[in-house]
Amino acid sequence: MTIFFNTLLVGFSSGAIYSLMSLALVLVWRSTRVVNFAAAGQAILSTYIGYEAMKVLHNYWLSIPVALLAGALISAGVEAIVMRPLAKRSKGTPVEAIAPVIATLGILGLIRSGVGLIWGNSFLQYTSPLSSKGYTIGHTTIPFSPLNAAIVIGASVVLAIFAMIFRFTRLGLSLRAASFQPEISRLSGIRVDLIRTIGWAFAGAASAVAGALVTPTTYLSPNSLDLLLVSGFVAAVIGGLESLIGAVVGGLVLGIGFAFILQYIGTSVTFSAAFIILIIVLLLRPQGIFGVRRSREA
Amino acid sequence: MTLIVKNLQVKHGAITAIDDLSFTINKGELVTIIGSNGAGKTTLLRALSGLLPISGGEMSWNGKSIVGVRAENLVRLGIVHVSEGKAVIPELTVSENLQLGGIWRKDKADIAAATAEVIELFPRLGERLSQGADSLSGGERQMLAIGRAIIARPELLLLDEPSLGLAPLIIEQIFQAIDALRHRLGLTVILVEQNAMSALRIADRGIIINLGKVVTSGTSEQLLNDSSLRAAYLGY
Repeated sequence: MTIFFNTLLVGFSSGAIYSLMSLALVLVWRSTRVVNFAAAGQAILSTYIGYEAMKVLHNYWLSIPVALLAGALISAGVEAIVMRPLAKRSKGTPVEAIAPVIATLGILGLIRSGVGLIWGNSFLQYTSPLSSKGYTIGHTTIPFSPLNAAIVIGASVVLAIFAMIFRFTRLGLSLRAASFQPEISRLSGIRVDLIRTIGWAFAGAASAVAGALVTPTTYLSPNSLDLLLVSGFVAAVIGGLESLIGAVVGGLVLGIGFAFILQYIGTSVTFSAAFIILIIVLLLRPQGIFGVRRSREA
Repeated sequence: MTLIVKNLQVKHGAITAIDDLSFTINKGELVTIIGSNGAGKTTLLRALSGLLPISGGEMSWNGKSIVGVRAENLVRLGIVHVSEGKAVIPELTVSENLQLGGIWRKDKADIAAATAEVIELFPRLGERLSQGADSLSGGERQMLAIGRAIIARPELLLLDEPSLGLAPLIIEQIFQAIDALRHRLGLTVILVEQNAMSALRIADRGIIINLGKVVTSGTSEQLLNDSSLRAAYLGY
């Protein structure tokens, strides 16, 4: 029973990070119908910027908002400089649907090689002051550590702020309206182009926080967030791609699922498990667990 | 406060949807644009509200050209378009759909006043504020779409086939509401309709278009009494 409970807690911690990545992908998908492979690149760049900020500020916690801001700006820049002109130019052509996806792969490659040029390809340590050694209760040490707790709290705070903005502000209503019905939104006076860029900025911020929270549990290198991108996609698909709540729940389901596979089956199958879960969900319920219309409200 | 359209031309690729169309609409008028499917009615409204680029001619509102002005900015000039087919966002609640009408405006007190007016006019919306717009009937959705437009405090209201797909009794209610609104708020209205009879009954004037050109225009009375027009365009 203790093992079960511990596994759940650990899964919750990694799930919180997948939720953020999944949210980043869903935000972009909803607002511009782009499957954004560049999300991993944007997150790695913002994480390196967070790493630099930590060297200057000597404070891990202060480096997170720096990474968040950098992530938002990078993502907004990608949308405004590449994606928006590309969408306009490819409109009505046979490549309209695929050109933006290929462009995001291009951006991913470009950012990765740029990061490699600046920081090198070696593994860097972007560490938090918190211990990754599990809490000790009585005489047993559980796998859930202070770092895990910080991850859950950090991700929850960001998700709560996002939820408040989406639910209760004019900006949030504009973001939702523009993603559902761009034309009616324009006729209501919403500057849809600008709102889409802001949607990308929110996505960039979410993936930046995911990168800054997950990296202290591993290491930092130009490819170190690739697995996070895959997990983010799987979580987004589980959640139905359209729903923000679905994105978060999908991340938690995946994180907890991984933790149990790791605990009861073994490390070697974790990565393939992600793809098996992905394909099973797609075959059984292609619209995802939350992929029904009502859930699009949030 | 006039809308002047002169020699307007709009193309869809190689097809000319609107060809050399000219008309003037004065402040406070309700003018209906009548024509069969494919006559160019919707294209005309989409060009007026900045959703479609024009390929020739001139459009001006209050003496200023509105050619090339983006849809989201025309709203700020008082031109508000309720597009075809119950233009609401079904994924949002009724209340959120209404909020969209005033989303660009700063005057919060007036947004609240306008919202109260809309709910007074369409009490059924008031009872369903927290429900999803997808739970509304066709008539209620049309009321919601018009209500949202009213909260934007329009000077020129463009209505695209508000009767589309609605039962006769509901159509009657919608037209009564349009009539009441335009008198109460002093609106200028362009009402595009296939349902010519109902439209002419509340309109001051009618413009009949066919294949993108004006066939004839006149006061509602003239058009309703012209037997050859009735047979050809009004369908009764």
